[in-house]
Amino acid sequence: MGKRITIDPITRIEGHLRIEVEVSGGKVVNAWSSGQMFRGLEIILQGRDPRDAPLFTQRSCGVCTYTHYLASIRAVENAVGVQIPDNARIIRNLLHGAQFQHDHIVHFYHLHALDWVDVVSALKADPKKTSALADQVSEAPWGGTAYFTQVQQRIKTFVDSGQLGPFANAYWGHPAYKLPPEGNLMAAAHYLEALRLQAKTARMHAVFGAKNPHLQTLVVGGVTCAKDLTPDRIGEFLFLWKETQDFVRKVYLPDILAVASFYKDWGGIGGTTNFLAWGDLPLSANEPESLFLPRGIIMNRDLKGVKMAEESKVTEHVAHSWYEGKADLHPHEGETKPRHGDYDTAGRYSWLKAPRYEGQSCEVGPLARVLVAYARGKKEIRKVVNDTISKLGIPVTALFSTLGRTAARALETVVIGDAMEGWIMELVGNLKKGKGDTYAPWTVPKSGMGVGLNDVARGSLGHWIQIEDKKIKNYQYVVPSTWNLGPRCANGKLGPVEESLIGTPVADPKRPLEILRTVHSFDPCIACAVHVIDPDSNQVYKVKVL
Amino acid sequence: MTLERDFDQRLLEKGISRRDFMKYCGFLTATMGLASSFVPRVAEVFAAPKQRPPVIWLHFAECTGCSEAVLRSMYPWIDELVLEVLSIEYHETIMAAAGHQAEDNLRMATKKYEGEFICVVEGAISTKDNGVYGKIGGRTFLEIADDVCRKAKAVIALGTCAAYGGVQAAKPNPGGYKGVGDALGISVVNIPGCPPNPINLVGTIANYLLLGKLPAVDDIGRPLFAYGTSIHDQCPRRSHYEHDEFVEEFGSEEAKQGFCLYKMGCKGPDTYNNCPIAKFNDGTSWPVEAGHPCIGCSEPDFWDKMSPFFEASE
Repeated sequence: MGKRITIDPITRIEGHLRIEVEVSGGKVVNAWSSGQMFRGLEIILQGRDPRDAPLFTQRSCGVCTYTHYLASIRAVENAVGVQIPDNARIIRNLLHGAQFQHDHIVHFYHLHALDWVDVVSALKADPKKTSALADQVSEAPWGGTAYFTQVQQRIKTFVDSGQLGPFANAYWGHPAYKLPPEGNLMAAAHYLEALRLQAKTARMHAVFGAKNPHLQTLVVGGVTCAKDLTPDRIGEFLFLWKETQDFVRKVYLPDILAVASFYKDWGGIGGTTNFLAWGDLPLSANEPESLFLPRGIIMNRDLKGVKMAEESKVTEHVAHSWYEGKADLHPHEGETKPRHGDYDTAGRYSWLKAPRYEGQSCEVGPLARVLVAYARGKKEIRKVVNDTISKLGIPVTALFSTLGRTAARALETVVIGDAMEGWIMELVGNLKKGKGDTYAPWTVPKSGMGVGLNDVARGSLGHWIQIEDKKIKNYQYVVPSTWNLGPRCANGKLGPVEESLIGTPVADPKRPLEILRTVHSFDPCIACAVHVIDPDSNQVYKVKVL
Repeated sequence: MTLERDFDQRLLEKGISRRDFMKYCGFLTATMGLASSFVPRVAEVFAAPKQRPPVIWLHFAECTGCSEAVLRSMYPWIDELVLEVLSIEYHETIMAAAGHQAEDNLRMATKKYEGEFICVVEGAISTKDNGVYGKIGGRTFLEIADDVCRKAKAVIALGTCAAYGGVQAAKPNPGGYKGVGDALGISVVNIPGCPPNPINLVGTIANYLLLGKLPAVDDIGRPLFAYGTSIHDQCPRRSHYEHDEFVEEFGSEEAKQGFCLYKMGCKGPDTYNNCPIAKFNDGTSWPVEAGHPCIGCSEPDFWDKMSPFFEASE
């Protein structure tokens, strides 16, 4: 048996996650992913007004603040049978697009980059050479020797103060860091610039959505921001969009390519096997056909065999989670009884369940979406993917990796961001024609059932609601991080993150930097990933939705 | 003088004029309810603190929305707060270290700065079944809070979850979640909101750096400078309320004209916060401006007391 390494907490994520791996001969031979928190939102929703569900579920996560809000609204709208006006669809897509931009930029620079970038090494950089490097790889609006000298001085002042704060005690100097000092200084400068930019990117949400995090503008039937559909508000949004998308094209994507060129070996590490995308961003009322990000399932990395994904083929397993009940049931029909026990990797070890598609674990998220869109021949995605692999000189199979996952996130940001401009103009066109509707009236039915299938920054997200006597009888959601970070299923098959870690090299078990790289490449978000049951009453859920 | 010059230079590099900065300090000073003679001193606090006060930031049952809100701070920018104003010794979402190195940082900072550090708590604490519903590094939230908060010079409960339990404490509160003051039986400054406006945290910290003490609070621990007046009393739509001009359906002509949202369920009359004045995301908007009723998110137990959210309160 190899050496066991536990990383708890995994930092630079949302929520509380513990990863345990077994290392033998310098490589990971086994892995366990464990969700460490239970909050209880689904049970709290029971008996409440269906209109309130989106506000509650939004609080699952303040990072991807818009996503549960939207998914929940869609589930309730599906249950009450309302068709929202075109302007509401466009505004929702614009807010969703801004969420993708914001999430992905923050993920790369602030949650993931420190796995690849050694900030301390930046102190050894030559600012002049850094400036030359930056000019060569990107069209960033800031640069020059004076700029990099100033950034370096700022880092030096900070380090010399002896108060290292959030940068203390990290894996600096680890042999797996490969960037030259100049690359590290450039990346550190962009880390700081991205911190400023993301605050502006988030302002897009405030323009039509009051605030970010936790927007308040969606209601069942449409959006409330009728008064904000004015030229100055739309102009404000457009300006913020432009500044963000400039950053994405001129800084984020070039940085990804520059960093990737030093870590090409990671094109062969951290891959998984199956990929699921529900798809999102409807371009008309016709779904799923009109989804800008298409729906599909890819098994065994067979891109040619891409199929339409069907929600009825999803089951959830609890054999290794802190719940009782039969395994292998559709989420609507699942029996679930919580049973907190000891942490036992041979038995039960997580608050997360294990979702499966036709019995198989599936990766969800940017890589799954990019692969599905690529396989389906979506031209915008094919172009950015082909450009990237040719620039890096890697085969398309290198996408099945930690590197591919991190690159896919940037690539879809480019594609989604570019499309947003057209949507803004579509909105303007509607308003010019006098089409100003933002809301369609509806009434709560005595009973009903609804589902909202979505794809959000971290992956495929489904919300299911059952209404009885005009109240919520039951509410369930299966979220991206449950797909990606769930434990083993009843058949002992590993979850995607567990699978992806097998074979990962670990140079120094005391400082498992390589593990963080792959775990972070999934952008884990654990607060919402935990299924929810009342542990006191051991209440049994029975939900039949479709 | 050198410090001041450095500071001016820094402002210049960021494309912020000294005039804009002083205007902001004036706004912050006013938000904090201090006399205008404090403006230069507020500026000084953010320009060049003599030493960066240590902050330990704990995450419990939460959604990280409060941290995200603070990341949106523009004056000072978040990178300045992190690099030049405060010393964030522990913060799970931004810190580079992970695993036992991260936990070492927490232990070392708690020991080194015992009795000196500000503890910011984000998220509620599970108190049922000895707190098994939330753990970090093998310890329950309750154990961590009990250990760290009691050693702090001051505890700031950021957001409604840390202040009063928040969404996971809504009925039937399956994990027995409570706010930090309640869970530990200690006195804290509450900065509620879901999420709170970052200016209210910055104002509280500025108060602490400037005057060496925490701001005056109301009977439920909220700084009076931010939570002293109701939303309704500060609402720009107030005159519509007085004139019986109400929105009765979203998307209606009345909604487009910005009439009062009281009949759509607005909880502004029962909610104390500075949203209409401070607004969010660099003053861009706030819920009522976006045509959405206030849901009362800075009040204790608002998930139960203020809901159903789209029904007018009695």
